[in-house]
Amino acid sequence: MNRMRLSGLIRKEFLQIVRDPSAIAIAVVLPFVLLLLFGYGISLDARRVPLALVAPNSPQAQQLLGGFYRSQYFMPRRYATMSAARNALARRRVDGIVWLRSDFGRRILGRGDAGIGVFVNGVDANNATLISAYIRGVWSNWLAQEARDRGAAIAVPVEVEPRIWFNAALRSRNYLVPGLIAIIMTLIGALLTAQVVSREWERGTMEALMATPVSMGDILVSKLVPYFVLGMAGLALSVAMAEWLFSVPLRGSMLLLFTASGLYMLVALGMGLLISTVAKNQFVSATIAVVATFLPAFILSGFIFDLDSMPFPIRLMTHLVAARYFVAILQTVFGAGDVWPVVLANAAGLCIMAVFFLGLSWRLSRKRLD
Amino acid sequence: MGTKILALAVKEFLALMRNKVARMTLFVPPLVQLIIFGYAATFNIRDISYAVYNQDSGAASRELLAHFSGSPYFRQKAVLTSDRQIAPEIDNRHVLLVIHIGPRFSSDLLAHRPARVQVIIDGRNSNTAALANNYVSEATEAFNRDWARTHGWGQPPAQLFIRSWFNPDLLSRWFIVPGIVGLLTLVVTLLTTGLSVARERESGTFDQLLVTPLGPFDILIGKSIPGLVIGMAEATLIMVAAVFWFDVPFTGSLLALYLGLFLFVVSGIGIGLMISSLAVTQQQGALGVFLFMVPAVILSGFATPIANMPGVVRYVTYFDPLRYFLVVLRGTFLEGDGVGVLASQYAALAVLAFVSMVLASWLFRHRGS
Repeated sequence: MNRMRLSGLIRKEFLQIVRDPSAIAIAVVLPFVLLLLFGYGISLDARRVPLALVAPNSPQAQQLLGGFYRSQYFMPRRYATMSAARNALARRRVDGIVWLRSDFGRRILGRGDAGIGVFVNGVDANNATLISAYIRGVWSNWLAQEARDRGAAIAVPVEVEPRIWFNAALRSRNYLVPGLIAIIMTLIGALLTAQVVSREWERGTMEALMATPVSMGDILVSKLVPYFVLGMAGLALSVAMAEWLFSVPLRGSMLLLFTASGLYMLVALGMGLLISTVAKNQFVSATIAVVATFLPAFILSGFIFDLDSMPFPIRLMTHLVAARYFVAILQTVFGAGDVWPVVLANAAGLCIMAVFFLGLSWRLSRKRLD
Repeated sequence: MGTKILALAVKEFLALMRNKVARMTLFVPPLVQLIIFGYAATFNIRDISYAVYNQDSGAASRELLAHFSGSPYFRQKAVLTSDRQIAPEIDNRHVLLVIHIGPRFSSDLLAHRPARVQVIIDGRNSNTAALANNYVSEATEAFNRDWARTHGWGQPPAQLFIRSWFNPDLLSRWFIVPGIVGLLTLVVTLLTTGLSVARERESGTFDQLLVTPLGPFDILIGKSIPGLVIGMAEATLIMVAAVFWFDVPFTGSLLALYLGLFLFVVSGIGIGLMISSLAVTQQQGALGVFLFMVPAVILSGFATPIANMPGVVRYVTYFDPLRYFLVVLRGTFLEGDGVGVLASQYAALAVLAFVSMVLASWLFRHRGS
């Protein structure tokens, strides 16, 4: 390797990025827009759920219903009859129904065997589970209040005190935004780099490069350096937005975050280079990059779907997805802090993949014209 | 005129299908993705790993813990013997939650005093934490019912009976798989049309096309037909797989589904042709498709509810055809909807289809080569 030739090549790559508006668009505008979109668009926290209430006007019923009006999770609407409420649920005007029969007050005071019917629209199963949990919360608050008012006769035997560590308010943004950084760096690393070698082949400039005294290693390194810089810039932008725009707490150290991200960037670049070297055609390499890197990073990385809940064969498959290790590091460093056992185990996975992908693309690229 | 448009449509088909790689990318990845994502994309959690730190020696705590170890949702991984072991178990992700029972648990319960149990949950993934918390309260509630009955505690004055309609077991797969149908249909439609005009530009046949007796509108129709046929055929294939492979029930009307599918594919084609008319090269076309597709999927309610989005973002979703088609898909698959209930979705899709086709033909005429 010759220092001067290498720096010349790197300069050429930088110029190519700066002069091509579409590369700048992917590297700078895309992360910005994606982070805004994902950050604001993806939220699993149900708020102000439209809820139908069908209930008599007895004071006992009103006391229970008051809990729904006070809760930040619900936007209650009264319906006179159950059939009107059913109709509203079928037309998606409300997501659930709470139904108290007309003898609710009498039964509470009498034998204490009143029933509260709850119907939720189960189409969005996750949302339905969360809504049921919120309704159960209102119900148990009401029970506790009743117990205080009427003495221990109706006290609940065991009360659970949940302690949610790292994210007491259960803001889904706190785990989605760190995961997003993995998605964005995958896009910059793999999608952009997937084009750079195949572009040289397609435009015929690869032959020109080969006629010069630079080695194949020089060419690969010169392709890596500018995109590495670009990726780290995208990372800095993402971290800044996570901190200041979405106020996601960063509990671990900045140094560890950037080191781990640099490592992942190498893996992403390695995957991009490998695709680019093998495909030699821009359209095919873009398609492979999306299918083989972006989609798995989205679905199989633990970014949004829980890995432990996947069927065993799919869970095995996720070990081949580099983003999986990075998402685990990101969620831990942001959410919990520098937990070394988690960080080191996943960093080891990233190291192996970086060596594998970079080594393989170096082996496969030869100065040959076939 | 009709035969000329048909001839153009046949030519477009051949251009798409003659290339083996293109043929493969149109049919194989969507099916593979359906299978993998159908299994992977689940919000249902099972096998919640937990550790127990039980300072109580009585029978009551064992009875409570039996409600966890007997549940299919929980899997016990460790027994802790001191307070200090809790933090590492959670921090290192060995377990998702720790159940901590204090030393006075049994004696409190036997003395008719309410007992408390502390449950520490890893909140790094807040959705999983919320779901796990919900299962913990369900298990505790079951214990409470048993204990109150057998030990003479008063019953709570009102019981909660929760039932979910349309998806009684709350399988998130029933929600995600119809969503994937919409997602993949959008991808295929955009890819087939998004590169078609740009391909003519790149290979220089665009000018030849313009000097044929076909008008710009005829050309657009000719370019739309393959997208329409391939989009509808592929959607049908994926929907058959959803019903027969993933056992997602189809309860509504086929007419309602296909009316929605038709309008959706046409609006997808309109958007694809718009991108294609703007793009100079195929690469720009592919980039444009990608730039449209990612937000369209995120803002459609595919994985996360639109109702949770802030006001401004919610308005943006009104321009997203996938948003309406997902309602049609889930409505006809799960809720047994017919044409009547979905009328407003069709109206919105029809408006989007019309506007995007008009814009595409305007761009096509005014952007020259």
